[in-house]
Amino acid sequence: MSDGPLFHRDRTWHPKPLSPDYKTSVVRSPQKALLSMNTTLSEETGPVFAHDMLGELDNDLILNFAKPGEMALGQRIIVHGRVLDENGRGVPGALLEFWQANAGGRYRHAKEGYLAPLDPNFGGCGRTITDADGQYSFRTIKPGAYPWPNGVNDWRPAHIHFSVFGRSFGQRLITQMYFEGDPLIPLCPIVRTISDPEAVAQLIAPLDMNNTVPMDARAYTFDIVLRGRRSTMFENRMEGN
Amino acid sequence: MQKLTPLKESPSQTAGPYVHIGCVPNFCGITGVYDQDLGSTMVNDQTKGERITVTGTVFDGTGTPLKDALVEIWQADTDGIYKTGDPRGAGDPNFTGWGRAAGDYDTGIWTFETIKPGAVPFPDGRMMAPHIAFWIVARGINIGLQTRIYFPNDPMVANDPWLTRIEHQNRVQTLIAKEASPATFQFDIHLQGPDETIFFDV
Repeated sequence: MSDGPLFHRDRTWHPKPLSPDYKTSVVRSPQKALLSMNTTLSEETGPVFAHDMLGELDNDLILNFAKPGEMALGQRIIVHGRVLDENGRGVPGALLEFWQANAGGRYRHAKEGYLAPLDPNFGGCGRTITDADGQYSFRTIKPGAYPWPNGVNDWRPAHIHFSVFGRSFGQRLITQMYFEGDPLIPLCPIVRTISDPEAVAQLIAPLDMNNTVPMDARAYTFDIVLRGRRSTMFENRMEGN
Repeated sequence: MQKLTPLKESPSQTAGPYVHIGCVPNFCGITGVYDQDLGSTMVNDQTKGERITVTGTVFDGTGTPLKDALVEIWQADTDGIYKTGDPRGAGDPNFTGWGRAAGDYDTGIWTFETIKPGAVPFPDGRMMAPHIAFWIVARGINIGLQTRIYFPNDPMVANDPWLTRIEHQNRVQTLIAKEASPATFQFDIHLQGPDETIFFDV
């Protein structure tokens, strides 16, 4: 028995590509039906990244852009969790990249025009690779909410973007983590591209007092689930393959 | 009755307009955190195979280039072996197989310097024509788009076991690159319209 095709994506759980209240999606969503295919080696294989590519501060956004002896401003937090597949197995060696606004809700980006100031000690990017159990953690500051041009008064809830690699290119995923208790979550047109409230809940990280470091940083727990793979017990493969 | 207890895949969310910060920080001016942007180099002097350039633009439904798209590719080496995860063995150690490129801020053009991939078997053992898997994310794209690029004048394309499953054969040409100049393949991606690229749910 070995790893077979990837589980098919549940597209009713994911956001609809065409979500008119998120205006940019209107001209950027395919209009023809996606062609459903079973996975092949091209989707079942994927790039794998070694722990030795990571720098010492890659998973510390408080320090990785700061001048020597200085720190990013904001509420100090630890984000940690596991990367799992749909079978509930931890995914070791999964590369996670994350990016976010600073504590005032401002991104370090040429196309960003919000009046909140940049923090000279905050770049906003980090990355890590899961351990043998699929665990990861990083340290950062809690990002601020910010307004964005969609409706005239739309605000993004505080969030951290995640890019995730599993073991297969077909598992490739980008998502966002939200924070427990944020009243902007149910108002956000991007959150609302997801129709199932249980699916939205899967992206909201709870405050984790057990892993909070006293007098230092609060912890939030955020598990990420990637597509699973079928076990190949009885596959229709030609002899010799 | 026992209960099935699979987990649900985490729902996707758009990469947003600032995807560069997390995925290609040096490209967007955030230097000093990572030595270089991941996926910016796929080949070195020792890589086996025919060097090619793959370039293109992603267009929205109004025909406007996306200037904030991020494109990733995954492909086999010149012998048709994937670098990692391939049960048939390890691929060329001098080839990464995976590339990532951001569209230019002014033109939207993205470019990969790579090699022409070898053929890879379909699950039933027949060979698929050489191809490159694409994954496209951007602001306004709620879940990454999956497609494939094939090569022009490739006799294997006509019998490719993946392409021949497509009902509307008149759309297959949206997956075939154009050789803009020798060894440079142009692959424009149209999100909508009469030339809408075939996207896969795979």
